[in-house]
Amino acid sequence: MVKFLKITFLSFFIATSAVAGSDGELELSKKNNSTKDCFEPLNRATFALNQGLDKVFFKPVAKGYRSLPSPLKKGTGNVLNNLSTLITIPNNVLQGDIKMAGINTGRLIVNTTIGILGIFDVASEMGFPSYVKEDYGQTLGTWGVGPGCYLVLPVLGPSTIRDTAGMFINVMGGDPYYNISVNGNNEYLDGELYAATKMLSAVEFRATNIESFDNLEKNSVDFYASVRSLYNQDRENKIKNNQRGSIEVIYKEDEGWEEIDSK
Amino acid sequence: MKRIFILNLFLVFTLANFNFAYSISPDVFIQSTVNRASQILSQNISKEEKIEELKIIAKETVDIKGVGFYSLGSARKNLDNEQKITYSNLFESYFLKSFSSRLAEYTNPEIEVMGKQILNKNYTIVKSILVSTSERPQVNIDWRVYTKDPESPLIRDLIIEGLSLARTQREEFSSILNSNDGNINILFKTLEEFSKN
Repeated sequence: MVKFLKITFLSFFIATSAVAGSDGELELSKKNNSTKDCFEPLNRATFALNQGLDKVFFKPVAKGYRSLPSPLKKGTGNVLNNLSTLITIPNNVLQGDIKMAGINTGRLIVNTTIGILGIFDVASEMGFPSYVKEDYGQTLGTWGVGPGCYLVLPVLGPSTIRDTAGMFINVMGGDPYYNISVNGNNEYLDGELYAATKMLSAVEFRATNIESFDNLEKNSVDFYASVRSLYNQDRENKIKNNQRGSIEVIYKEDEGWEEIDSK
Repeated sequence: MKRIFILNLFLVFTLANFNFAYSISPDVFIQSTVNRASQILSQNISKEEKIEELKIIAKETVDIKGVGFYSLGSARKNLDNEQKITYSNLFESYFLKSFSSRLAEYTNPEIEVMGKQILNKNYTIVKSILVSTSERPQVNIDWRVYTKDPESPLIRDLIIEGLSLARTQREEFSSILNSNDGNINILFKTLEEFSKN
């Protein structure tokens, strides 16, 4: 029954993502991937709630995390990265990047064994290419699924209908770590540990960006809109794999500048 | 006659070379600009003094008017001349405050220009990196340089790890206009209040 509900929910998400803002034509066939803020009043309210949570919980905890010794932080970051390769590898395959799937599988094996459960990033020392995370939201994007409406999720923060659907795929069998810890029958891993790992990832992300967020908030005339813009740009870049792309590809679709003539 | 011809030829070549000598390569322009900014940021002066010095550099090297009209998006087409002047003035104050206070947070940043790529006759992208320290990882920064006048290139955008500051600003302004039925006066007021605070 739970599985049925999850599948129904996911189907609804992908379907609405594909037709969000549709004028009757099939959105999947269009190239326009702009994100609409269909639920802006609700999103702004959730954003305010998240800012409150951040103020009383995430930011103080992130500051505490930052005061830990560097080797401990580095080791924690490495373990979290190593766990994320479990999601990245199937997404490499689903995106047709078999070579990268092979490289990331090698990385996972090396770091889990020689690197002692991922504490040490031995693979990078051995000359493996830089690690780039992939997720199911990105895979749906590369398949042509549009972002759909922009969403701000309680606690989890900015997302889109497509990316939220991607998160649901994790708990429907797409994340081997979730499967083993929550659904698996073993004495070492459980749902609480899985939740703690996800919480730690959030704290680590927040700790890395304390100054950037403060700076952005201080210098924005509409902080909500700034965060929305940066989230959308980041997701577009990740879907296009701009980190690995050429300059012509990255700036090809950057419209609006040619008309500006201030001379 | 022959002498006049040779003199003319000499003048043409000299002027051509003179012109060439004064056109600045966008990557050299960016490196010299970041060197100037780094020098200020590493000085032992107050944050306020740093901000004032950075404002001078921004005025000389950034096409503030161009960035302003880009940030306004399609709304710029609806402005009359008086509103354009008002907007340009308000945007300049807003931009200088926002840009310089963002930069002033960094102490002694080391930026290395890695190369450039010409997009078209008006734009060149200069690629650079903010060198990593024990506190932060390496950050990729691309600069959109407006090269319509090769003798006086100007910065129009900073793209930090693929995130465009100008696009973010444009979407912020658009959000303010959309929330207020496109009323430009509300945007003017917002910019004015930001600059005052």
